[in-house]
Amino acid sequence: MQRIGVFVCWCGSNIAGTVDVQAVSDALKNEPGVVFSANYQYMCSQAGQNLIKEAIAEHRLTGIVVCSCSPRMHEATFRKTAAAAGINPYMVEIANIREQCSWVHKDMLTGTEKAIILGKAAVAKVNLNTPLTPGESPVTKRALVIGGGIAGIQTALDIADAGFPVDIVETKPTIGGKMAQLDKTFPTLDCAACILTPKMVDVAQNENIRIFSYSEVTAVKGFVGNFDVTIKKKARYVNEDVCTGCGACVEKCPMKKVPNEFNLNMDNRTAIYIPFAQAVPKVATIDPMHCNMLKNGKCGVCSKVCAAGAIDYKQQDQYIEEKYGAIVVATGFNPISMDKFDEYAYNQSKDVITSLEFERLTNAAGPTAGKLLRPSDHKHPHTIVFVQCVGSRCSACAEKGKEYCSKICCMYTAKHAMLTRDKYPDTEVYVFYIDVRTPGKNFDEFYRRAVEEYGVHYIKGMVGKVSPEGDKLKVQASDLLNNKQLHIDADLVVLAAAIEPDKSARPLATMLTASMDTNDFFTEAHPKLRPVESPTAGVFLSGACQGPKDIPETVSQASAAASKVISLLVKDKLTGNPCVASSDELMCNGCSSCERVCPYGAITYVDKEFRMPNRTIAIRRVAQVNPAVCQGCGACTVACPSGAMDLKGFANNQIVAEVDAICK
Amino acid sequence: MQKITRDVLVEKAASLLENGTVDRVLGWKKGEFDYDLTPAVFTSADDLKDLVWNDFCGANFSKYLIANTKKSASKVLVFLKPCDTYSFNQLLTEHRFDREKVYAIGIPCEGMADISKIKAVTGDGISSIECGEKINVTTIYSDDTVSFDLSDVMAERCVNCKSKKHVAYDELIGEEGDVIESGRFDEVERIENMTADERYAFWQNELSRCIRCNACRDVCPACTCEKCVFDNPNHSLENKAPATSFEEKMFHIIRAFHVAGRCTDCGECSRVCPQNIPLHLLNRKFIKDMNTHYGEYQAGAEVGSRAPLVNYTTEDVEPGDVFEGRE
Amino acid sequence: MQVNEKKPLIVAFCCNWCSYAGADLAGNNRLSYPADVKIIRVPCSCRVNPMFVLRAFQRGADGVILCGCHPGDCHYTSGNYYTRRRMAMLFSMLDYLGIEKERTRVEWVSAAEGAKFAATMNDFAQTVAALGENKRLEDLRCKR
Repeated sequence: MQRIGVFVCWCGSNIAGTVDVQAVSDALKNEPGVVFSANYQYMCSQAGQNLIKEAIAEHRLTGIVVCSCSPRMHEATFRKTAAAAGINPYMVEIANIREQCSWVHKDMLTGTEKAIILGKAAVAKVNLNTPLTPGESPVTKRALVIGGGIAGIQTALDIADAGFPVDIVETKPTIGGKMAQLDKTFPTLDCAACILTPKMVDVAQNENIRIFSYSEVTAVKGFVGNFDVTIKKKARYVNEDVCTGCGACVEKCPMKKVPNEFNLNMDNRTAIYIPFAQAVPKVATIDPMHCNMLKNGKCGVCSKVCAAGAIDYKQQDQYIEEKYGAIVVATGFNPISMDKFDEYAYNQSKDVITSLEFERLTNAAGPTAGKLLRPSDHKHPHTIVFVQCVGSRCSACAEKGKEYCSKICCMYTAKHAMLTRDKYPDTEVYVFYIDVRTPGKNFDEFYRRAVEEYGVHYIKGMVGKVSPEGDKLKVQASDLLNNKQLHIDADLVVLAAAIEPDKSARPLATMLTASMDTNDFFTEAHPKLRPVESPTAGVFLSGACQGPKDIPETVSQASAAASKVISLLVKDKLTGNPCVASSDELMCNGCSSCERVCPYGAITYVDKEFRMPNRTIAIRRVAQVNPAVCQGCGACTVACPSGAMDLKGFANNQIVAEVDAICK
Repeated sequence: MQKITRDVLVEKAASLLENGTVDRVLGWKKGEFDYDLTPAVFTSADDLKDLVWNDFCGANFSKYLIANTKKSASKVLVFLKPCDTYSFNQLLTEHRFDREKVYAIGIPCEGMADISKIKAVTGDGISSIECGEKINVTTIYSDDTVSFDLSDVMAERCVNCKSKKHVAYDELIGEEGDVIESGRFDEVERIENMTADERYAFWQNELSRCIRCNACRDVCPACTCEKCVFDNPNHSLENKAPATSFEEKMFHIIRAFHVAGRCTDCGECSRVCPQNIPLHLLNRKFIKDMNTHYGEYQAGAEVGSRAPLVNYTTEDVEPGDVFEGRE
Repeated sequence: MQVNEKKPLIVAFCCNWCSYAGADLAGNNRLSYPADVKIIRVPCSCRVNPMFVLRAFQRGADGVILCGCHPGDCHYTSGNYYTRRRMAMLFSMLDYLGIEKERTRVEWVSAAEGAKFAATMNDFAQTVAALGENKRLEDLRCKR
């Protein structure tokens, strides 16, 4: 039996003005379990809290009810008071007789009557309260960053700077991501490589950072602070520790006709390759699909020319198991495939290219050494048409394309147009757009410069059709502002393809039990207030895996994610919310209903032995809640048909007791 | 009349028992009356002489697999009519038994007879029933045999059969059928179209007959909780007998809600109700509503599917709008 | 403290993060609504078991309302979506059994919508008062 103390607060006249506080404390004195009842002017004041503490000691109270303002205001205060007086802080319940009583009712009789009922409900609940202790779990002080683009790089650098070891897992042979492929960056036009490659070098040189390039995450177990991750290091047939990156093998490799994915297949590379000069780690990788030695054992040139003896044709995939306290997803984006957009003749003409291909064509390290030449005949284009929103902002029912705005295209198209006009003033540049969206620091100024200073022709309207004719591309488009059809003979058409999350994101989300939206972007724990955290505790989001982003935004989000990781890793132990779900294994059927509604992946199942009559043992599948992961929403308690799942602090019998007290 | 004969099942069961594939067989056995067939476990070829297969084999064995797979050292042989296979899958979705421990034989079903429809003609005192081309019934009051066509005395759930297709089996005897467009929601719709007062009167009349024998719950293949909330003294729903009309409703609303999305509409609840309460109309109401508002879903059609109440879309109907177009 | 006429009793389950805060805001702004409304705080609307709703009616409530975060704004990302389905099904079933559908309601009220909270409660209390006492889902033993 509980020994409950009731403390009715006047809150000056805020409560006492409309509620007869004496009547409330008198009425509640007679409730079951109540051994002490008092009222006082300001319960939250030091004197009020002392009154509570003294009563707890004097009357050996096991629980208290404070009839006062909203629990959102002072629940924490009174819990601390109770704890200071030696009782469990979760043995405190608040009856909200200010915001939800005295302030909304004008009549003393009504207010008093309702305050008593609210008090009774709180007493009924405290009678069923049990002391709760938050669970503790240790934290592995190491972070995993999945994806080595600018987002992953920035996150890793920040975490490493704070003194924690970080591993980056990158599927490509080098880190750098999409940014490494870009030429200049808007709106300042600094060269991407000039600002990115020093960061890549920082990563390589940072003692706290390990890079698992050409690797992928294959399994994730565990929970916040305690993830067990399996990383598959794909065989690159080159011993990373020995290779000096001298490039002799690349030079001598006889297999020179392999499409170069770094240049979006606009030129060729060798079967053994280093993606680009500033690659990190700067080691060669053998492409097993094209290497003759690996395919049929006939060659071995690279092995012969390698002075370091780094080539190892017998290398196997390697699996590494590592523990992490936090995981950052930075899987990035890709432009969508243009296969479904026949109207733009992407697959018919080499001179219809995507914006990323355009980046490579203007990049000094690209296939044309930075000269803007048409892919088909390597001639200089004189008329270029840029098409915006290719696959972005499509209607929901459209079979191709995405409903969302890809966000970065307006700005990079303005950049492309401006740079073209700057370098080749003899070129006419047209940009077709639905809207030009330039919210961002110095963004609109940048776009206006393209129009006003560089004379780029911005035309509101969409391109209907691109048809290759001879060496020209006939572009049919509408000019919505002047209400007329346009026909342009273009030399080059550049499509601002929508961007989508990387394909690896979906299976990764499944491994992480992190949620995704219908477009496969990772969902935030809260879209406004927790934008860099996933709803799954310990999983953080960095960069475009969460939604389309430009570089400055990506970097700030990457640093934000890092700071969240750091504030997790500095803790030695994680203290959970004690109001979590728990399942009564004797009643659980293992039906999986609870698991399906849990937004946090907090529920797992184990086969457990139960002693049955006649010394028999039965094995049953039962649910177990990980208190470190559960956030206490209670969705599982209703999904559970057997009533095995209950929520501490808001248990079935507690809520029912409140209902009964109110309805009495 | 059923398309396959008892002997086919007995022969199959005997050979599987003999070669050690299975050590238990779930089948139907004569009970107190010819029409009153009870589920039985057969463990030897000799036992199987009592196995029955005729127009009264309504019992769905899926639920019995939970206990019997635990008792079996090898496998349990179970005969599944098409509708039973949905319960079978649903139980697998809920991890209620080990699929490896079951040898499931799908058997075709032409529908089962409803003894109350026969009694409506013959009256009580049935002394024997023979199932062949016709169902021949004799009573203690007359030497005459009354013959029925199965189609004339078929149980409501079979008249509105939703599927002749087996969605799970290891072996199929006879021909596979199809999923059927049935009129199973017509009666629900008729009730929906009543006024609120009429609906209240209808259900008050039906549910007030409930004696809380728990037969509906005990037979239900979705009701497989280790301990039912209604039997659990620590649960606020604990309730052994309906003392008031509220408690009659409470039990049936909560029971229907607990199986909503998991109920395959096998109709066993109504079959076993000694008070002939059309309990399936509660379950079908949920199924119909979920189909209407959340897209067609058949519990048990596939293993591992996600039931509507443990799922959502961001565009779901608002609770206030489910009544649209109704009084 | 004798009340002569029986006033309708309304149980309101409010999500801690939105509607309960919305009710607090109504209080802060002194927006009145009938004292018949008694609020029970739950962590999320998805914590509300249909059994609680029935229990309230059994014990003499004349109306039950659930308030949660607006769809898409759930503190736990998806709780109110489950609430929406569960309560849609439960209410439809109660209606099917002939119980007045106006006695049950789900309303989405954010922490900023104090005015909406008060207006919702005023409207609901009025609706329930017009229906009179809950007779169809009462338990005579629990009659007040």
